[in-house]
Amino acid sequence: MESTIISSSNFNAYFGTNHVVKNVNIEIPKNSVIAVMGPSGCGKTTFLRCINRMHELTPGATSDGKMMLHDDDVYEMHPIFVRLKIGMVFQRPNPFPNLSIYDNVIAGYKLNGLRLSKSEKDRIVEQSLTRSALWNEVKDSLHKKGTFLSGGQQQRLCIARAIAMEPEVLLLDEPTSALDPISTASIEELLYELKSTYTLVIVTHNMQQAARVSNKTAFFYLGELVEYNVTKELFTNPKDSRTQNYITGRFS
Amino acid sequence: MQELTSQLVQKPSRVIVQDRKTKYTGRNIRWEGVFKRSLVITALSVLVLVVGIFITLVVQSIPSIKALGIGYLTGKTWDPVSDIYGAWPFLLGTLLTSFLALIISIPFSFAIAVYLGEYRPTGWLSGFLKNVVELIAAVPSVIYGFWALVTLVPLVRKLESAIGVAPYGVGIFSASIVLAIMIIPYAASLGRELIQMVPSSLKEGAYSLGGTQYEVIRDVVMPYTKSGMFAGVLLSLGRALGETMAVTMVIGNTSLIPDSIFSPGNTMASVIANEFTEADRAVYLSALIELGLVLFLVTVVINMIGKSIIKRFTHE
Amino acid sequence: MNKLNPRIKYRLGMSKLFHALVIVFAFMIAIPLIAILFFVIKEGITKINWNFLTNIPKPVGEVGGGIANALLGSLIIVLVAAIIAIPIGIFAGIYLSENKNSRLSYWSRLAVDILQGVPSIVIGIVIYFWIVKPSGTFSAISGSMALAVMMLPIIIRSTEETLKLIPFTIKEAGFALGLPYHKVILKVIVPCGFSGILSGAILSVARIAGETAPLLFTAFGNPYLNANVAKPMQSLPLLIFNYATSPYEEWHNLAWGASMILLIWILLLNIITKLITQKWKVQL
Ligand SMILES: Nc1ncnc2c1ncn2[C@@H]1O[C@H](COP(=O)(O)OP(=O)(O)OP(=O)(O)O)[C@@H](O)[C@H]1O
Ligand SMILES: [Mg+2]
Repeated sequence: MESTIISSSNFNAYFGTNHVVKNVNIEIPKNSVIAVMGPSGCGKTTFLRCINRMHELTPGATSDGKMMLHDDDVYEMHPIFVRLKIGMVFQRPNPFPNLSIYDNVIAGYKLNGLRLSKSEKDRIVEQSLTRSALWNEVKDSLHKKGTFLSGGQQQRLCIARAIAMEPEVLLLDEPTSALDPISTASIEELLYELKSTYTLVIVTHNMQQAARVSNKTAFFYLGELVEYNVTKELFTNPKDSRTQNYITGRFS
Repeated sequence: MQELTSQLVQKPSRVIVQDRKTKYTGRNIRWEGVFKRSLVITALSVLVLVVGIFITLVVQSIPSIKALGIGYLTGKTWDPVSDIYGAWPFLLGTLLTSFLALIISIPFSFAIAVYLGEYRPTGWLSGFLKNVVELIAAVPSVIYGFWALVTLVPLVRKLESAIGVAPYGVGIFSASIVLAIMIIPYAASLGRELIQMVPSSLKEGAYSLGGTQYEVIRDVVMPYTKSGMFAGVLLSLGRALGETMAVTMVIGNTSLIPDSIFSPGNTMASVIANEFTEADRAVYLSALIELGLVLFLVTVVINMIGKSIIKRFTHE
Repeated sequence: MNKLNPRIKYRLGMSKLFHALVIVFAFMIAIPLIAILFFVIKEGITKINWNFLTNIPKPVGEVGGGIANALLGSLIIVLVAAIIAIPIGIFAGIYLSENKNSRLSYWSRLAVDILQGVPSIVIGIVIYFWIVKPSGTFSAISGSMALAVMMLPIIIRSTEETLKLIPFTIKEAGFALGLPYHKVILKVIVPCGFSGILSGAILSVARIAGETAPLLFTAFGNPYLNANVAKPMQSLPLLIFNYATSPYEEWHNLAWGASMILLIWILLLNIITKLITQKWKVQL
C-alpha cells in the first residue's frame, strides 16, 4: 500500500506582502522521489523550505495552510523536531567553514550533543560519504577543512551531512546544478538507492534528471501547483497548457 | 506491526537515532528560550547602564545645583575651604588645553592621514608609520604623564624662561602638548580611511586634466572628505576633553583662572581626579560630580555629532 | 627639459614641497614614541630584578622594595574585569548582529556609542556611587566593574562587526540539521567568528590595562600585598601615578620599573591581537 508521508492543503507562503506560494495541495507518497519543476522564481525553493519550516527563518516571511507529516501538523510541532525528521540540501553548498570534512559529516550529531562512539562515528562518516559519492576523493584528507573542497565536492559533502542524520524525508534544492556529469550521475544513483528508505523531494531544472530519478513530478508556475502527476504521464501527456509549454521549451 | 518489525530488522541504527533525537529535543527547546532571553537581557543591560550613569550623575549633582544654581558654572573662584565653588577656572582650563591640543595635533594627524591614504597606502615605510600610530594610541596615559613630567616639563621651563614668562614648566601649555600627542592617532586613522574612500575616478579625472598631486589633494580629496575630517576633529576633541591622568600630572593643579597658556591650571577631569577623595562636604563632592555631569554631556554631544557625520559620510 | 613653462614649474614645485611637508610632519609622530620608549626602557630596565617583582614597596627613606602588590593587583583587577565584561559583551554583540533592526538594537547601539565616549573618570565617579559608597569601602571589585564598563563597547562592537560578516547560509545549514537556536549561534556562528571576537576581547583588555582614572575612586590603591577583591588593591597604573608625582627618588625608580612592565604587557597584548587577526582566520 502506498502511504502518504507529507501532505499540504491550501498552503500559502509570503515574503512580506509578496504572495509566492499559492494555495498548494499536494500529497507525497512514502519512499518515492518527487521532482519539483518550474520556471525560475516560481516558488519552488520557497515551497521546499516551507516543508521543514526553514521559510520562517527569513525575516518577514510567513505562511498559512496545513502541512502534515504523517498525521502531525508540521506547524504545530517544534521546528527542531521537524528539521530532525526532514533534512535539507541547499541550492548553494554551505559546509561549516570551521569544521573538518569528518566533523562536517557528523555535524548533526556533534553540534546537537548526541554522543557517538568513535567506531559509530567512523562508520557514519564512511557510509554517508560513500553514499554521496565523495568517499574516494576525500578519504585521505578527512581532517582538512570542508571549505577547501571544490563547489561540487562541497555540495556532496552537504548531502552526506544531511543523510548522516537519517531523516525520514530529504529535501534537495537543485543539488546537482553545480556538479559535473560524473558526480551528477553518482548523486542520481544515490537518490535511486535512498528511495527505499527515505522520501525525497528534489527541485530540478533538468527534465532528463526528473525523468530519470522521480516517480512523480510537480510543476509550479507563478506560485501555483499547476500539475502533479506520475512523471512519465506528466511528460508525455501534460494536462495543462502551461506544463506543455514548459516541457516543450516554449518559455523558460 | 509487521512494518515496524521489518524496519527494525532492516535498519536498527535508525530507530536508535530517532529515539535519541527525541530525547535531546526537549532539553534543547528549553535552552533555546533561556538563550534568547539572556541575549535580550544583555542588550538591555547596556542601555540600562548608560541611562544609569546619566541618572546617577544628575541625582548626585542635585545638592550642588540646588545650593549653587546656574552661577556655579560662571563663578570665578574655587575655594572649598571657604565654601566657595565656581567652576569657571576649570571650564576655561579644559577649553584652553583641549583646543590648543587640537590645533597642535591637526597638522600632524592630517599629514599622517594624507601620507597613508594618498601618497603611500602600502609598503614597509607606511607599515612602520601605521604601527607607530597604533603604539601612540596604546601607551597608557599615566606613562605619558610620567614621561612628560620628566622630559617635557623641563624643556617647557627652559622655553618659558627664554621668552620671559614665569618658568613653571607645568601648566596648560605642557598639558596641551601631551594631549596633542595622545589624540593624533584618532583623527589620523579616521582621516586615512576617509581619504581612501575617495573614488579613484574623481582623482583620475583631475590628473587627466593635468593636475599635480598637490592640486588633486587640495581640489578633489579635501573637498570630498571635508565633512568627515571635521568629524574626526570633533572625535579627537571628545577624547581631549575627557583625558585625565596625563593632564593631571603636568597641568600644575591650581584653581586660579589661567591668565596665559603658560599658566598652571586645572581641567574639569583633573580637578575631579585631585579632589574627589578629599571632598569632605556634601556640596563640595556634589560640585565635583556636577563637573562630571557637564563633562559627560559635552563629550556625549560632541561624540554623537561626530559619529552621525561619519555615518552620513560612509552611507553616501 | 629646462624650458618648462615657469607656471608649470611652480606648480610642480608646490606639489613637491607639499609632499615633503607631509612626510616631515607625518614621521615626526615617531619622535615622542621613540622618546617615551627610550626613557621608559633606559630608566626601567636597571630597576627590574627578582626583588623588584616579588617585594612590596619600602617606606620612604629605605632603599629597595618592589611592586609585587601592584603586579598582583593589576592582574586580579584586569582578570575580574575581563570575566565580567567578555560574556556580557559577546552576548550583547550577538543580540545586535542577530536583531539588526529591532527597536532594542537601535537603542543599544546608541548606548554603546555613548559609552565609548564617556570619559573614564566619569565612570569612576559612577561606580563609586554604585559600589564603593554602598559597601563602605574601596575595593578591587569596584575597580574591575569600572574597567568592565569601559571594555564593553569594544567587545560589543567587534563581536557585532565580526558576526555580521558570516553568511546567512551557514546559519541555515545549522538550522536544517535540527540544531536549536542557541547551538546554531554558540556552536556554529560564534566559532566561525572566533578570531574576530577573541581579538576584540584581547584588544579591550589592552585598552584598559593601563587605565588609571577609573581606579582612583574604586580600587584606590594599597601599599600592601592584597588578593581580597573586597578590599582596596594596588595596580600598576595607580602605583605609577602616585609614585611618579611624589618627590622621592626611590619612588620614582619604582614608577619607572612599573612603567616598563606595564608597557611590555600592553605591547604584548597588542601584538597578540594582531597575530590572531592575521593568522587565525576561519576561511569563509
Ligand atoms: N528572501 C526573499 N525575500 C523576498 N522575496 C524573496 C526572497 N526569496 C525569494 N523571494 C521571491 O519569492 C519568489 C520565489 O522565489 P524562489 O526562490 O522560491 O524561486 P525558485 O522557484 O526557487 O527559483 P529558482 O529556480 O531561480 O531557484 C521570487 O519571485 C522571489 O522574488
Ligand atoms: Mg530556487
